Amino acid sequence: MKDPVDVLIIGAGASGAAVAWSLAETKMHILCLEQGGWMNPAEYPSTGRDWEAKFYGEWSSSPNVRGRPEDYPINDDNSPIKVVNYNAVGGSTVMYTAHWPRLHPSDFKVKTLDGVADDWPIDYDALTPFFDENDRMMGTSGLSGDPLSPLTHPPMPQQPMGLSGAIIGRAMNKLGWHWWPSDTTVATMDYEGRARCINLGHCTPACAQGAKSSTDITYWPHAVRAGVELRTHCRVREITTDESGMASGVVYYDKDGVEQFQPAHVVIIACNGVGTPRLLLNSASGRFPNGLANSSGLVGKNLMFHPYAQIYGYVKEPTDSNRAPPTCLWSKEWYDTDLSRGFVRGYGVQFVRGAGPVFEAVVSEQKGILPWGADHHRVFRKLNGHRLGFSAICEDLPEEHNRVTLDPVLKDSHGIPAPKIDYTISENSRKMMEHALARGREVLETAGATDICVNSPIPWGGWHLLGTARMGTDPERSVVNEWGRSHDVKNLFIVDGSIFVTSGGVNPTSTIQALALYIADQMKQRLANLFD
Amino acid sequence: MTEQITLTPRQRQDLRTIAAMIIPPSEEYRVPGADDEIIQADILATLGRDTRPVVAALDHLARLAGMPLADLEAAARDGVVQQFRSSGGAATLVRVVLQCYYRDDRVLRSLGLELRAPFPRGYVLPDGDWSLLDPVKARGGALRRAP
Repeated sequence: MKDPVDVLIIGAGASGAAVAWSLAETKMHILCLEQGGWMNPAEYPSTGRDWEAKFYGEWSSSPNVRGRPEDYPINDDNSPIKVVNYNAVGGSTVMYTAHWPRLHPSDFKVKTLDGVADDWPIDYDALTPFFDENDRMMGTSGLSGDPLSPLTHPPMPQQPMGLSGAIIGRAMNKLGWHWWPSDTTVATMDYEGRARCINLGHCTPACAQGAKSSTDITYWPHAVRAGVELRTHCRVREITTDESGMASGVVYYDKDGVEQFQPAHVVIIACNGVGTPRLLLNSASGRFPNGLANSSGLVGKNLMFHPYAQIYGYVKEPTDSNRAPPTCLWSKEWYDTDLSRGFVRGYGVQFVRGAGPVFEAVVSEQKGILPWGADHHRVFRKLNGHRLGFSAICEDLPEEHNRVTLDPVLKDSHGIPAPKIDYTISENSRKMMEHALARGREVLETAGATDICVNSPIPWGGWHLLGTARMGTDPERSVVNEWGRSHDVKNLFIVDGSIFVTSGGVNPTSTIQALALYIADQMKQRLANLFD
Repeated sequence: MTEQITLTPRQRQDLRTIAAMIIPPSEEYRVPGADDEIIQADILATLGRDTRPVVAALDHLARLAGMPLADLEAAARDGVVQQFRSSGGAATLVRVVLQCYYRDDRVLRSLGLELRAPFPRGYVLPDGDWSLLDPVKARGGALRRAP
């Protein structure tokens, strides 16, 4: 039998890396098990002429399409929004847009302010030092002073405005609406061993330059140097418990597919909003027949995705196409509740610079605006390199029927039951999406765009996986307490997006990592009585 | 052992015919059609995981046509292809044609694009005129207060 470790972390993505790095200073024996491996930037798509074709296969954002051995299948047939993620050291930070807004202070008090959902058990101020610490570790770029966003101090200047940004900025100014250069985790100057961005194109499927921050090149090198052990290609099947109901370790399959048991004094789950409930439900036992940490019955429930309402069009002047990171500007004009709009809560907007030629051709053909035949060439030249996009990240409110369960049939390559998603878009979200599309159309038309197209929701837009093991002070209404510890299992912690109470209207990774650092700090402060 | 699927000569012929219907050559833009030999070779060499859906699409097309697509009269061929597109299952086939066409050197040159991978040279972006932000700064605003 293996020697027990002090802390066992499951998952080496955004939150697992942050919590591992933070806890490393305790000098405890910390082990992280990750089902994927280390990435090799020399193999990233932008190193080849076929870079766009790879997005449809081995570099798809969907694990179901990608089908790498490190991935697990997800039954999302009963959801209009499909789950996207990445499984490797770095997790989905390997494959994200690096857009870096954070939740607003008002997002933590939704019930109090708007009478819907629930308040968080913590407030924005509790996370402030961890947001700032995380921004330093991940290396952010941006322009401080946005009047409609929480104050940030990015250590690097904002990305260039480019051709697309200028067109959008002028249109937003004509309409009198808020816009601002986005905070991103794209390095705009050499930073902590990372080379500056050279505009390789769309950041989402990994950055060969290393300018986009992913935790395999930020937190993990520091954590490993500080003594954290990271074991790759190890897929955890279940968390085990002892006779007193405490977590005793995990059963996992090693890189050779051999079943192993790793005992641990503390277990931390960092598998995000689908992987975490899947693992807890797969850890059912005689003592915990409905899944581990699930006395509330809320494990897997309240799944929030952020339905994306996207609208785009084509202007006469050239845009940045694929020659830059995809997102450069945001707007918070419609972020807060205004009941005259017909819905509660709101949405953030990220503007999109453009698309590469293959993506443009494929999508435009599917949309019916790029014809077959003799006129194909003329129309393609009108579209390619002229696209501008407006994507609204609509706040998804928690609803228990939106949930992750275990699929009765589908299993991964190790025979572990796969997650099943049941999700519908609420009436409130639909009204919000319609509002966003109408505003987006105004922006595009003001910019002179034609051939306007809509994706609402973006079907392959399930990037943000939130709410399925929510935090709270009431054990009957939440899975973990206000510092991430399971109400039921006192040496079990969750640090990922599943503990979100509400979703806000922004990309969540900054807040996920701030939460992970906050929970690590709480643990460090309570080491003497962590299980009381 | 992995199952090897290859296209039959008839399937290759139909693929070439429909590719030319999607993107015919253009003298005006000095580009080949998608039935060009080099582009067709690229498609066949890189089908990979798309082989099965492409074969299925070509089988479906063959059933609709009843004979090699190229042998049909133009009007009949157009009718078959219209039916093929509307009955679904064509998406992967169309996509592999487009993704190989729009990485061909002659096509990229015609579009004014560089014949290279994005890495390691990248691209240069104009920094832009940030005084455009002045109206936003002047308008100001405040975050919603949280109790």
